[in-house]
Amino acid sequence: MSKSIFKLTAIAVSLVAFVLPTAALSASKPVTSAEVTGSMPDKLSVSNANVFNRLLKKVNDPNAAPDKDGIHDTANEGTHALQAPKVAYEGLPTTEFGNHIDWVQALNSGKLDPRYDREDPEVEPFVMDLDIVRPVKASVPDVVFPHKPHTQWLHCSNCHPKIFIPQRNTNQINMSAILLGKKCGVCHGKVAFPPTTKSCKKCHSKPKDADWTPPLSNATVKNPWR
Amino acid sequence: MKALTEHSSVWKMALFGLLVWVGVLSAPQQAQAEYADVVINNYADAAGMRPVVFPHWYHRIRFRCKVCHADLGFKFKAGGNKITMAKIIDGKFCGACHNGEISWSVENCGMCHSGIPGTPTHISGSTVQRLVAPAYKELDKKAQ
Repeated sequence: MSKSIFKLTAIAVSLVAFVLPTAALSASKPVTSAEVTGSMPDKLSVSNANVFNRLLKKVNDPNAAPDKDGIHDTANEGTHALQAPKVAYEGLPTTEFGNHIDWVQALNSGKLDPRYDREDPEVEPFVMDLDIVRPVKASVPDVVFPHKPHTQWLHCSNCHPKIFIPQRNTNQINMSAILLGKKCGVCHGKVAFPPTTKSCKKCHSKPKDADWTPPLSNATVKNPWR
Repeated sequence: MKALTEHSSVWKMALFGLLVWVGVLSAPQQAQAEYADVVINNYADAAGMRPVVFPHWYHRIRFRCKVCHADLGFKFKAGGNKITMAKIIDGKFCGACHNGEISWSVENCGMCHSGIPGTPTHISGSTVQRLVAPAYKELDKKAQ
């Protein structure tokens, strides 16, 4: 008899011991959740885990001020007197490469009006609107060279006849030459927008005809088993 | 432990390699200078002056390419114009505008001669530099 009473009390004690903490937990739960909802914004997507720079991309400031850009000497007084690019770029249309400014669009939209003459701000540029289509052997779109934006900035003598001979089928241009600073690369890749994977389409802008097929390579043409 | 002591030279090499690797990774990144900023150091260093930093972006906001590259005769080549202070004072090259009338005059040395001493002539951010000679900056920093 006494054994059974002992068993019962043991069960009762264990029950109490089991129930009490859970009760305490359940009582404390609403408090904690309220705290959480109180401290966080109403619509939290998941967490801030994706804020982490998971591709480990280099974080660099494309338009750093002169005293932070790494080529100006900070010990020099004049460095701190220079204008910062961001101040001058305020309101200009942006791109993803070069200065991160679309200079041609800035000019066309009237946000910029640089002088065409050293002294006289009234001189108008000699603009020629002539598009030259250059077929490309590879399967990328053909190149359309617009004279208009180029003559808005430059003078004919800047390119002709030294860099580009003004005659059909005389200028052999390829991307290697451009990337190494020849032909278009005299400016594009140094000052004008650079050839990057994001800017291909700025020049290669005319899609091939629907029936266009790539030319067969010599190895294929001369293959006797073909 | 025996293996460690036996092949100590190998371990030393491995440690050295690791150190170099960590050093290269943690070295300061390449300059973030504005695209097309030209550093001109033909004669400046030898004359005890800081090299000139020419900000293309600043000038193209105010003038079209034609003004300098057609009218004033600047060649499309960094350091290819052999500009000297004598020519500038005579009103050639930079001196055509930097004469106190269109822009500040030549007595403001530090405004143009503002580059880090020892920086070679180059165009910052240029494709050629990134493809052909990407490491010159780091080499220079190690030498200091």
